[in-house]
Amino acid sequence: MKKTDSNLSRRSFLKVSSLSGGGMMLGISWFASAKPVESLGELNIEPVWQEVTSFVKIASDNSIKIFSPNPEFGQNVMTSLPMLIAEELDVDWKQVEVEQGNYDPKAFPRQFTGGSQGIRMAWKQLRTVGSAARQMILTAASQAWNLPVTELTTANGMVTHAFSGKSETYGIFAAAAAKLPVPKDIVLKGNQSFRLIGTPQKNVVAPKIVQGKPLFGMDYREAGMLYAMTERPPAFGMQLKSFDATAAKKMPGIVDIFQIKVYNDDHKFAGFDTRAFNEVIAIVGKSTWDVMNARKKLKAVWEVAPEKKEMGQNGQERTIPAGLESTKKHYAQMLEMDKKPGKIERRDGDPEKAFAEAKHVIERTFTAPFLAHNIMEPTNTFAHFVGDKVRFVAPIQIPDFMVPSMVARLGIPKENISIELARMGGGFGRRAYGHYMIEAALISKQVNAPIKLIYTREDDVSGGTYRPMYQLTYRAAFDENKKLIAFHAKGGGVPESPLHANRFPAGAIDNYLAESWVIPSNITIAAFRAPRSNFNAAAEQSFLDEISEYMGKDPIAFRLELLQRAKDNPVGKTNDYDASRYMGVLELVREKSGWGKPENAGKKRGVSAYFCHNSYAAQVIDLRVKGDQVTVDQVTTALDCGVVVNPEGAKNMAEGAAIDGIGNALFGQLTLTEGRTDQRNFDTYRMIRHNEAPKKIDVHFVKNEIDPTGLGEPPFPPIFGAVANALYKATGKRFYQQPFAKQLS
Amino acid sequence: MIKKYSVKINQKVHQVEADENMPLLWVLRDILGMEGTKYGCGVGSCGACTVHLNGQAVRSCQLPISALAGTEITTIEGLSAKGDHPVQKAWIAEDVAQCGYCQSGQIMSAAALLKNNPNPTEEDIENFMTGNICRCGTYTRIKKAIQLAATK
Repeated sequence: MKKTDSNLSRRSFLKVSSLSGGGMMLGISWFASAKPVESLGELNIEPVWQEVTSFVKIASDNSIKIFSPNPEFGQNVMTSLPMLIAEELDVDWKQVEVEQGNYDPKAFPRQFTGGSQGIRMAWKQLRTVGSAARQMILTAASQAWNLPVTELTTANGMVTHAFSGKSETYGIFAAAAAKLPVPKDIVLKGNQSFRLIGTPQKNVVAPKIVQGKPLFGMDYREAGMLYAMTERPPAFGMQLKSFDATAAKKMPGIVDIFQIKVYNDDHKFAGFDTRAFNEVIAIVGKSTWDVMNARKKLKAVWEVAPEKKEMGQNGQERTIPAGLESTKKHYAQMLEMDKKPGKIERRDGDPEKAFAEAKHVIERTFTAPFLAHNIMEPTNTFAHFVGDKVRFVAPIQIPDFMVPSMVARLGIPKENISIELARMGGGFGRRAYGHYMIEAALISKQVNAPIKLIYTREDDVSGGTYRPMYQLTYRAAFDENKKLIAFHAKGGGVPESPLHANRFPAGAIDNYLAESWVIPSNITIAAFRAPRSNFNAAAEQSFLDEISEYMGKDPIAFRLELLQRAKDNPVGKTNDYDASRYMGVLELVREKSGWGKPENAGKKRGVSAYFCHNSYAAQVIDLRVKGDQVTVDQVTTALDCGVVVNPEGAKNMAEGAAIDGIGNALFGQLTLTEGRTDQRNFDTYRMIRHNEAPKKIDVHFVKNEIDPTGLGEPPFPPIFGAVANALYKATGKRFYQQPFAKQLS
Repeated sequence: MIKKYSVKINQKVHQVEADENMPLLWVLRDILGMEGTKYGCGVGSCGACTVHLNGQAVRSCQLPISALAGTEITTIEGLSAKGDHPVQKAWIAEDVAQCGYCQSGQIMSAAALLKNNPNPTEEDIENFMTGNICRCGTYTRIKKAIQLAATK
């Protein structure tokens, strides 16, 4: 039987909902209208879909459709979020078809991909959605059968009255259920009753992915669509002076070439509307290739930009310095900053006195370069501006963050902005910054046609929003018995500090000092998988390794000793981490990796552990070094992210985090010379490849009943430290500067 | 220069008018609307645009349309009728994909590898697949999927 549901009917559902004034809203405002769609009733041979809530539709043939609210960039929320609903709805997962929800704040209150918060924030809310829909079905069945609800049970999308033997599908009751008010008192299952949560389920989109279906923003096309690119200054610190497009406009397929201003001069920056260049040249044509060729004929004159001021929405003004910056100079500047007093972020005990009285001090400085996100699907967006409305098909992590800037720049109310959420070919933070959507809308408006804006790989690598450059200097003071008596962390970067002053080992050491500093820059930065943590873990965990060696202690035993102190008798009032959970992952990784076991004595191994995004991760890596070649034999990961909803997807994410981290630790760098990036594509930006990936990755989860915490980011930071520590075992050399592979040759 | 070309893709001959230097990648994506072949770098360094040219894995971003006379091209859309090529099935069984963007190219490389070397060693797989970048880091699963497909 053919199902009638389509995007069109979905839109008509929403239209009916909005015409009827928003419908029933649950206390926590998680439900849009609970109205059946009358118009589909005529097609009586085909199943009729009922919108039980904005997240759940049930068809007369008992097909279940669940909408996944969050943008998908590979974290597999299109599987795990609907699993939460299906669990409480009590349906067979095989019945369920999942569809990506479009941007619709009324129907889906939290459409946010970032900060490892997806499952954590949805844990109760989406189970409530499922439970409410189940109760509505039960009520409808009770009314139809004239039986008390308490005598009815559900399982696998069926309602059963055990006493009489009656049993019917949800589909039979869906129409009546959809007319019911959404219940207010929702009871959720206890964790022991889960049938679906905690079972490994495969990515629901996989069958489409393996056939290359057009799922991504880059794949979107429609009749009359034109292709657009933007030409930007060749270097940070430069701006457009003038351009001559005469020759370029004569190129085949070219429709128009014009200048656009991304934001108004008085734009108030909200935080995720960062863009590197405000004046860019748009080239619009009939195919990607036409536009690429015409760009080569464009004669643009660029000039060095003056110092600029940017106003934030918080009323704070930020100065964007003038100048053509270089990586070499940045490193020198960072060392200079380290000599000056920083801003004190935390101070416990009397660190100055302890350092003055110390018998021995170890001081080490760690650095890391800018990193480009290198999302596999380069930045792009479809936009069609018609009258005072704009329609996007966009790969965007957090649409809510961009809407205010769109309203400000495009001069249209937010109700006139619609966004279809395309699957993202990676994000890693890059797609939390949606300036490209404004560029696309402005271009569409100018050419009065639907357009797809595409960044080439070179545009993407060289166009800004990078993981910042960082530096951390650690000092550890010891008494005559090699006891650790004081600890000093001083960190900064271009143009942000990585320091988390209240994280481990703060809380574990009596005398502690944390300072930060920043170097302003015109190079734009962005969140990058586990912002700041991705560097802190590398530096801190390498340093702890080195001082544990000086103290003659096993690196895991040393960390556990510090954590025990933080647990029993913490120093200071604010410590961000839970020492017990931290210890838990270290103990698990010690057990699973066979740490310290005689059979592993010959292995070149490094250990590391870190807390971020509410979760705890520890890793042990085994590697070999021959010349400048690193072979990673095995990674053992231990994770405490609370209850694991989908172990299959969770393992995949943790494996990917290890590979991503090893790649960036060994090879990742974006350097600049006179404001221009030295890397522009994958022929110059070295990415980890198949032959460099670990031969084996084991992932183990701490089993507990804690509500889910983060997963996407936590297993990423520690691996950097584990790599550095294992490289030391393999080479006898400590590695302080990323990327590490450069120092092997 | 714009010229008329006839290209055989997935057993079907297509007549295309295009610039002689236009890479097959953009012919597929922009002219023929076959978007399973992905754009990743445009310089032959990432493998996202991998297709088969006479059964061999090639980067379609490096193949000008003028060089395709008399060749047979297979894209991800033509690898199997229903997505049931052993490599595609193995990809699902091993739950390989994260974002999925590079996977068309990975699958096309893997299928070409197994066609020419039905029982590859781990090292064979690593070496052959080295031209395909996966930014999400699914390499270990890709290897397992290729090993699984090799048993079918």
